Amino acid sequence: MSVGKSGSAAPADPLARGLGVFSLTLGLPQIAAPGRVNRLIGVRDDATTRMWMRIVGAREIAAGVGIFSTRRPKGWVWARVAGDTLDLALLGLALRGRSDRPNRTLAAAGAVAGAFAADVLDGVRLSRGTDGAQEQQPEQQPEAPIHLRAAITVNRDRNDLYALWRDFEGLPRFMAHLDEVRAGDDGRSHWTAHGPMGMTVSWEAETTEDVPGERIAWRSLEGAKVHTSGTVRFVPAPGDQGTEVHLEMRYELPGGAIGSMLAKLFGEEPAIQVKDDMRRFKQIAETGEVVRSDATPEGALGRRVVKQRPAKPLAEEQLAEVGAEGAS
Amino acid sequence: MRATVWSGRNKVQVENVPDPKILNSRDAIVKISSTAICGSDLHLYDGYVPAMRKGDILGHEFMGEVVETGSDVGNLAVGDRVVVPFPIACGACNACSRELWSLCENSNPNASMAEKLWGDSTAGIFGYSHITGGYAGGQAEYARVPFADVGPIKIESDLSDEQVLFLSDVLPTGYMGAELCDIKPGDVVAVWGCGPVGQFAIASAYLLGAERVIAIDRFEYRLRMAREKAGAETIDYEQTSVREALREMTGGRGPDHCIDSVGLEAHHHQPAMYAYDRVKQATRMETERPYALREAILNCRNGGTVSIMGVYGGFVDKFPIGAVMNRALTIRTGQCHVHRYLRPLLQRIENGDIDPSFIVTHRMSLDDAPTGYETFKNKQDECVKVVLTP
Repeated sequence: MSVGKSGSAAPADPLARGLGVFSLTLGLPQIAAPGRVNRLIGVRDDATTRMWMRIVGAREIAAGVGIFSTRRPKGWVWARVAGDTLDLALLGLALRGRSDRPNRTLAAAGAVAGAFAADVLDGVRLSRGTDGAQEQQPEQQPEAPIHLRAAITVNRDRNDLYALWRDFEGLPRFMAHLDEVRAGDDGRSHWTAHGPMGMTVSWEAETTEDVPGERIAWRSLEGAKVHTSGTVRFVPAPGDQGTEVHLEMRYELPGGAIGSMLAKLFGEEPAIQVKDDMRRFKQIAETGEVVRSDATPEGALGRRVVKQRPAKPLAEEQLAEVGAEGAS
Repeated sequence: MRATVWSGRNKVQVENVPDPKILNSRDAIVKISSTAICGSDLHLYDGYVPAMRKGDILGHEFMGEVVETGSDVGNLAVGDRVVVPFPIACGACNACSRELWSLCENSNPNASMAEKLWGDSTAGIFGYSHITGGYAGGQAEYARVPFADVGPIKIESDLSDEQVLFLSDVLPTGYMGAELCDIKPGDVVAVWGCGPVGQFAIASAYLLGAERVIAIDRFEYRLRMAREKAGAETIDYEQTSVREALREMTGGRGPDHCIDSVGLEAHHHQPAMYAYDRVKQATRMETERPYALREAILNCRNGGTVSIMGVYGGFVDKFPIGAVMNRALTIRTGQCHVHRYLRPLLQRIENGDIDPSFIVTHRMSLDDAPTGYETFKNKQDECVKVVLTP
């Protein structure tokens, strides 16, 4: 039921992750025990070298944390390259005057040079956009399909509800993401969804099942820009409570601009939006209209739940804006 | 028009706002003749209900004259005098068919918001935050009344506004509190809180056949009203141990039924206890201060009923579920299904069984609503009920 958004902020690129771990494991002892690290790499252990060691350690930790805090660590990897350069310069200085054991210092310089090479390699890869994180962006590849289910009980006979739904051109009255549906007489229909900033997307669909009083199923035609399918079932509710309406819909997000638009259309919580669609369907079936309040003059609307108007009457021009004027 | 608008914690002001319009074909516009401040408005006023927005019009107790009807309102005509029930109900869904009007399945456009906090939604309510729909309230010159073909009751006799206004909420709410107790002859009922709902719960318990009603509060003037107008025996919980007094008065049994008409902003006579829950409430560790409810549960007779009419919004701590379970108590509650009670209670008023106007202590112009809120909140000047006239 989710829009296939990854919840993790960590980088998708394994090399970047490795470099991040390397930064953290190197930085901590440099800060905590600079004297020992000095001795390990054969640098004379005094106040000056300890101070530099701590500075270098702090920078490593910053780079490590930086890499792990984002899915696109390109900048932080390049920061590591700059840091490596600084380290090599410091080790060079040490070799000229402050090294007790030049062999160890040379080995350390060799290790830094190796890290430098890895950093440059990864930095270049990330900058070219050939890493995993880039590939998973919706612009590049389809997201997981949106799969929606909702059920509601409506105090009406199932034949009435079937007829209400079967009138496809009426669907936008209660389905918030739809702008228009035009029904042809060949079992086909033309659907338009209205997106943010005036974008629209259209597709052709066909009715695949149509059992009066029981179920309707539809799916987009081969080659349509949007791959979608849906089924609505009308089941008698137990007791004298009318009809259970079960809706199932699937949208394959095509990737590219249309995919990300559809994802935005359904918002963070597509399940809530489709439940609100069902509530509006019930309102129309039971009361004849979509119910409007001052805070939601356009009727139940997933997005409006987050961004309510104040509960006071709207001025005439605002009413026109939300299409709620002239109901009398 | 002028309307009472919430503009932040403990702040209301009377503002000019656009006149309401018909938005649905079953709407009516009512020109308000009398409107009251409800105890539950105080929970909105001081910010304990989170889904308020600056600019919201308050008020859910109102009556007036129909000045416009939508095309599908057949039962009302311009000029009709009506009292409007506070829950908005469609009359067609399963809840409405079962007379559970405050649970109407269609009238809350913000149902998904309520579903998040409460698991499912209630009906829409006038002027009562966005979680119950974001409807403009009735402390104003005019109000839009959705499903006007279902809710408002026509007043055709010459009863005064103050005699019928409380049909909108506090009279049926108090009545339902007593009705939920299934009172039998000989039963003793205890009522926590002597505000308007408490007063009507006391009076209703007698109407429904209670042997004795015991009222609990700490304000002498409210206890006096409970004694003199509603006929209760009273306990001042700041002077007397409620537990000992109740046991003494009931031969050690405890009251058969306990009605909480206090709700989420209860007061506690021990300053340390009171401070403890105030801090937890202020830091949102709990949303309610449930002293009255805890006390009602712990003092109820074995196998008795605890009827909750005071408003609660979220979560409480230290809920004595052990007492409820082991002593087989029944908890009954709900926002009042006002529509159910309109006609029978109007009949009672017309018969002279009850005259609800006795609770009115303050009459003010709508423009003085801010003073009305302060007076009511701080219980100044022996305030029990404020009625505003636009």
